[in-house]
This record gives sequence, C-alpha cells and structure tokens, in this order.
Amino acid sequence: MSSTLNAALVVVLLLNLLALGTSRIRALVQAVALQGVVLGVTPLLAHAHQSAVAGFIAIATVVIKGALIPRILFKALRDAQIKREVEPLVGFVPSMLLGALGTAVSIALAAMLPLAPGHAQTLVVPAALSTVLTGFVLLTSRVKAITQVIGYLVLENGIFIFGLLLLEALPSLVELGVLLDVFVGVFVISIIIHHINREFDSLDTRRLSSLRE
Amino acid sequence: MALIFVHVLLLLAMPPFLLGVINRTKAWFAGRTGPPLLQPYHDLIRLLRKDMVFSTTTTWVFRAAPVVTLSAVLLAGLIVPFGSFNAPIRFTGDLILFAYLFGLARFFTTTAALDTGSPFEGMGAAREVTFACLSEPALFLGFLVLARISRSISLTPMLLGPLHAPLAGLAIASVALVAAGLFVVLLAENCRIPVDDPNTHLELTMIHEVMVLDHSGPLFGVILYGAAMKLFILSAVVLHVIAPFQTGVAAFDWLLFVAEMTGIAVAIGVVESVMARLQLRHVPTLLVAASLLCGFGFLLMLR
Repeated sequence: MSSTLNAALVVVLLLNLLALGTSRIRALVQAVALQGVVLGVTPLLAHAHQSAVAGFIAIATVVIKGALIPRILFKALRDAQIKREVEPLVGFVPSMLLGALGTAVSIALAAMLPLAPGHAQTLVVPAALSTVLTGFVLLTSRVKAITQVIGYLVLENGIFIFGLLLLEALPSLVELGVLLDVFVGVFVISIIIHHINREFDSLDTRRLSSLRE
Repeated sequence: MALIFVHVLLLLAMPPFLLGVINRTKAWFAGRTGPPLLQPYHDLIRLLRKDMVFSTTTTWVFRAAPVVTLSAVLLAGLIVPFGSFNAPIRFTGDLILFAYLFGLARFFTTTAALDTGSPFEGMGAAREVTFACLSEPALFLGFLVLARISRSISLTPMLLGPLHAPLAGLAIASVALVAAGLFVVLLAENCRIPVDDPNTHLELTMIHEVMVLDHSGPLFGVILYGAAMKLFILSAVVLHVIAPFQTGVAAFDWLLFVAEMTGIAVAIGVVESVMARLQLRHVPTLLVAASLLCGFGFLLMLR
C-alpha cells in the first residue's frame, strides 16, 4: 500500500520539477493538472477501507483539478494570447535547483520530525513540504499573473498532501481542499475578467503595480 | 568461455543494427519505407574501402583519435554486463573506469576536432565538453543510487544483483527516477534528439557530427562504428534499470537481451520522431533535470 502511495508522491515531486523548469505556460498548466489528478486518486491508494464519500471526493478532485481548472486556465491563456513566461525573476535552471534543494531540505526535515510510525515510512511529509516550497518559488519568482495563479495551485496541492496524513481522523479536510480549489477557480476567472475589463497589453504583474490613475 | 564469446560477438556485431532500427522507426513515423535494417553495415563497409585524405594542418592526434576512441569504447563494453550475464572484466570500482573511458574517448575526439584548426569543429568540441560536464553528474548520481541499493561499486553486481530481485518500497521509486535520468544521459551522450540531431548537416547547430567533418574513409568508418558501439553500451546499461527481466535459460536470456536492445532502439526512434530538437541554450536545462532526477533518487535512498 505504502509503495503505491510513494510512487504517486514521486510522480508529484517530478511534476514539481517540471513545473519549475518549463517556460511554456501550457506545459505548466498540464503538469499541475496531472499533479491534481494524481493527488485526487491518492486518498484511494493510501487507505485500505473505502467509503462512498471518499470515492466521491476523489472524483470531484479529479474533475475539478484535472479538467475544470486547466480549461479555465487554457481559456485565459487564449484570451491573453501568451504562451511563455518570458523573463522570470529567477531563471528556470536556478529555480529547478532551488526546487531540488527544497526537496532535499524537506526530506532532511521530515526525518527530524517526530512523526507517527505509520507516516515515517511514507514520503507524505517531504512531498508536502517540497510541493509547498515549489509553490512558493513559482509564486515569488514569476512575473505573469497566470503563472502566479498556477504557483498558488501547486501550493494548494502541497497542503492537500498534508491532508492525506489526517484523512482518517478528519475526512472533511479533503473536502476543504476541494473547496479551496473552487476558490482558486473563481480567482482565475476574476483575473480573466479583470484582464478583459482593463484591456491590459500584458499580464506582467510588475506593471499592474505601477498602473495608477 | 562461451559467455565471453557471445558477449564480445554481440558487442562487435550488433551496434550498427541498432542504428538501422532507429532509422527504420523514424522512417515508419514519417510514412517512408526507410533504409534497410542492415544499411549501417553497408555504409561501414563502403567507408572502409575508401581512401583517406588528411589536411596538412593535422598531426598524429587527428589520426590516433578514432582508434583511441574505438578502443576506449570497446573496453568500456567489456565492463558492462549484458542481459543477465556477468561482464568479462569486473573488479571493484570499475564504474569509475567505465565513466572515464568515455571521458578519454571524448578527450581524443575533441582534441582531434581542435587539431584540424577549423572554427566549426572547435565549436562542436566546445559544445561536446560542455554538455558532457552536465551529463556526467547525472551518470554518477545514477550509479550512486544503484551502488547504494546493491552495496557494491562494481558494475556487474550493481546492475545484475538487486535490480533483478523484487525491490522494496522506496527503492522502486529511486530506480524509476534513475531510469528516467539515465535515459536522458543515453540520448545526450549519443547526440540524439532532443540534444543533437544526428541527421542535421548544418555546422552551426551540430555537436557530434561537426567534430568529425574532416575525417574520411576508414577512419570515419571507425568513428561511426565507435559511436554506434557507445549507443549500444549505454543502452545495455539503461536496460538493466528499465527492464531487468530474465528467463533463467541462457539461450532465451540472450534472445531476450537482443529483443530488449531492439526495443530500446525503437524507443529512441520514437523519441526522435515525436520530439523536436531543443535549442542549444535549453539543453543544459534538460541535463540539469536529468542530474536532479538521479539526485532525487539518491535522496530517497538516504532516508
């Protein structure tokens, strides 16, 4: 059971790396969507006894993270006519190295934390920490609004992984994660509307701060 | 004895066949018939029958390089176990010899390229060593993971031992990461797409092909043969990580090995057909990613 979970989490870690290393926003969206799908299925892998609620939550997560949010983001990309993150504040190779460093630190940190015996064997805590760090790197080092939203999604995925630890004790936390996703969806739509309303030439957030009447 | 014989026979005879398979796969994807599977052998024979022309600016280095390269690669091929069989030569620490035999081969290829005094070949040499610097950490980190799993630093026990037995928990994840990393190394070291396009003939963008522009006739044949052999050997290494299957019967195991090598050639052909070449400035990203994959694998093992 835990080896399937670990395999899923390794995929998540790899997708973090891909998200940090790619300059194409389409690839970034696809990576995060795949991450969401993998994470949506993971609760089913992590625990032996299943309930209808768990199945429903898994389906909802997969649909929202794997289909709905990517669609919204792709639509935003089409409307804004951007394809690439052109000049990030931190380059792609350095941000990949930062992500790898973050993963190393997460693994070291998780080894030091006093975890429950069942959790120490899995990658849940390191993967969660590393995904959160990846989200932070994306949020802080990219200048396009849409990439920052994706960074936020990655961050949320990290929190979702933390939720896996508490799944048995607190199943509603997973639902909260899904709700948070919905919030992100609204957030994304608001950016599109914002973009259409203001008719910006670019989604560069540095310009957003300097645009004043 | 029979084992060594088959090993050496495959090592000598099979490499051009892999090139043939790759070309056929690419042709199939493009909807062409493609050259016959044995075309690379005919090319080699044709080259061996030709005369050689040497530029007056070249020295003995230029002539020695293809021979040294082929010998180094051949020796490296004797250290690697094929399929589920032991390598003819094995001793503690031979993985370092393995990596640096390729280093020696590369040193001579690049020196010969510089020896011609041609600016294009100099550019190719510079690219070759730059990318080698980046793919070497990936190779070593990958080997480190395998060494850690098998508790040995000799290639034969490393590649044959625990990989062929069921792996526990995190080791599977590590090995999967190493497999991905080493496959990128395989593509980069052999100058395949997405790192370099072996079919391109524009000096400004070539890496490996541009370094051997001035070689002709039999020496060029030796270079092509050595390159094919390098592809063969690295594929054999990657194969241990990707598909460590065995049947238990020696004859079937050899057949399986040949089938798997053909399979990996098809995989390379598919990668070459579905991907475009990366821009030169993006190649380091790919290679750093490969190193990070293997590094991740190592981190997981340390837990």
